[in-house]
Amino acid sequence: MMTDTDVAAKAPETTEPPVMKDVRARRRLPGWTAPVVLLAVALALPFSTLYVPGLFEGTLNSPPTLHLVAFCLVFGGLATSYDLLYGRVGLLSFGHALYFACGAYVAALLMRVLELPLLWSALIAVVGGTLLSLVLGAVSLRVNGIALAMVTLAFAQAGSILISRDPGRLTGGEEGLSLNTAMVPDSFVGVFNTVNLYWVALAYAVFAVGVVWWLTASPVGRVWQGIRANEQRVAVLGVNPYPYKLVAFTVGGGLASLGGVAYLLVTGGVTPVITTAEFTLTLLVMVALGGAGTRWGPLLGAVLYTYADHRLLQLGGSDAFAALPAWIAAPLSQPLFILGTLFVLMVFFFPGGLVALPGRVRSALRDRRTART
Amino acid sequence: MSTVVLLVITGLGLGALYFLIASGLSLIFGLMDVLNFAHGAFLAIGAYGTWWAADHLPGAGPAGFGFLVAVLFGVAAGTLAATLVELCIIRPLYGRHREQILATVGLSLAVPALIQAIWGADPLTFPKPELVRGAVGVLGVNIPKDRFLLILAAVAVFVALWLFNSRTRYGLIVRAGVQDRAMVTALGIDVRKSFTLVFAIGGAAAALAGALGGLYFGVVTPTQGLSLLIFAFIVVVIGGTTSLTGCAIASITVGLIQQFANYYTVAGLGDIAVVIVLALVLLTRQGGLTAKKSAERVA
Repeated sequence: MMTDTDVAAKAPETTEPPVMKDVRARRRLPGWTAPVVLLAVALALPFSTLYVPGLFEGTLNSPPTLHLVAFCLVFGGLATSYDLLYGRVGLLSFGHALYFACGAYVAALLMRVLELPLLWSALIAVVGGTLLSLVLGAVSLRVNGIALAMVTLAFAQAGSILISRDPGRLTGGEEGLSLNTAMVPDSFVGVFNTVNLYWVALAYAVFAVGVVWWLTASPVGRVWQGIRANEQRVAVLGVNPYPYKLVAFTVGGGLASLGGVAYLLVTGGVTPVITTAEFTLTLLVMVALGGAGTRWGPLLGAVLYTYADHRLLQLGGSDAFAALPAWIAAPLSQPLFILGTLFVLMVFFFPGGLVALPGRVRSALRDRRTART
Repeated sequence: MSTVVLLVITGLGLGALYFLIASGLSLIFGLMDVLNFAHGAFLAIGAYGTWWAADHLPGAGPAGFGFLVAVLFGVAAGTLAATLVELCIIRPLYGRHREQILATVGLSLAVPALIQAIWGADPLTFPKPELVRGAVGVLGVNIPKDRFLLILAAVAVFVALWLFNSRTRYGLIVRAGVQDRAMVTALGIDVRKSFTLVFAIGGAAAALAGALGGLYFGVVTPTQGLSLLIFAFIVVVIGGTTSLTGCAIASITVGLIQQFANYYTVAGLGDIAVVIVLALVLLTRQGGLTAKKSAERVA
């Protein structure tokens, strides 16, 4: 079973060794400190005129920076919803892009064709995405492991083909769809209102992370933990894993379609790129990069990945790159090459992701100390 | 009638392409439980290797046997890449299936990006050798010659793999390993050597598929591999992982369904029909059409 070897199973909080009963041991901050501090920083961001050289192009509250951060946050929420399946329950789904794309495309189509206002389109898109994931999940979850990965991949591929074939000239084929701004409140349109898009993205990320954390802490989350560790055992103990897995699949799909709506607003359009299997693979990379099944891992991984993807693309076009010889500059101008290579290295040297890194460093230091004494 | 003949032969050509990819995938998956996402990368390497060799390698080119040399070069590049991937990336992660999948996922993103960095994202026209230029009349239908080349290549690979599997000692070990790896190890055979071998074979077949796929589609693109790979996955799941024949039958079925449905209904529906067939097979006969063992061992 591959779940047994999953290093990420232990959250960094629990890797704190109980053996070191040092009097100088620092007092532990209450568990809610980190989320509250982070949220406060996120809330204060649009009001700050701080300029961070190198990190962002403009001041923190300038539209390009806010747009980039909003983008990161949408993917943070999306990766968290994917981690609900992959990290929390151990379901390897390769079809998550389908539900994300469903949210984005259905909302865009409703606004464009039926000219429904944003709120109704969003509502119908999310309900539709949730139902779709419920139905497809009910079918796919009859199989396990790699077979599940294949079925979900196949369903997503069918959706991807459907969208790129442009049935009835609805989905716009390779071009995609742009947001029908007439149906969107004016406060979400235009560069000046980037800050409002930022609020949307932040609200989505907080909502997705909140739902996943809350569900994980609930009794359902306990069963998920059990399913991830050993599904057969859960079944032997008299709990049917199927409905629990279906709940995770549906909630994950619903959150993803909500993310699709947020994505549509933030980018002002949607292209078939988000329907591809490659897109789901990037989600997998984000989650594994941050640390699957951990509190902060998926969010951190997605934010870092999206940020790096954007910045590397910008750097690739910059003058500093033109000076490099072509054989170095060409591969470096491909963010996916750098991120893919980094990811392979991560899998090798830091299994468990970035979140597990402090714990590993600590334990390595402790080992050295004990070796010396 | 003539349409049916054309569709059958084109479908068989597509099925041949799927078989070339899926045979390696199914061997790798059956023996090592690795869902190899990097297979699309081997395919791309084979395709670009052939394309590059046709232009740059002395003696290679569209004329006469030059194309054969180019394909050989592409296949060699793919085989080398697959062997290196197995030795450097898969082997150290032995026994950790999820990490192995993640590593191949990383490769499947990085390698096409690297190719794109070197040769650009635009489709490159593939040199068509004189040998398969034009069409042949079969039952009154003009069929492009490259379809026959694809089918021939797939049949050759099928026969070669079948001979390897049934006549050689390594094939015996591989077959035994697919059935029960622990037992083979317990009998004192180092099954890992056959892992590298299987990866090399799979890489060679995928690279051949890349080269011939370039012929079939007329162009090569960096991301061609991944989209073909998904259908190859479907073939592997439908065909099961234990038998080469199952893989061949599934490839032909998928290729034919795709061609016919795409022609007689809306374009694109054929691809979706394949997906529906996969779902039906998985939900009714787990482990594929021919296999008795379930495909979910890895879980």
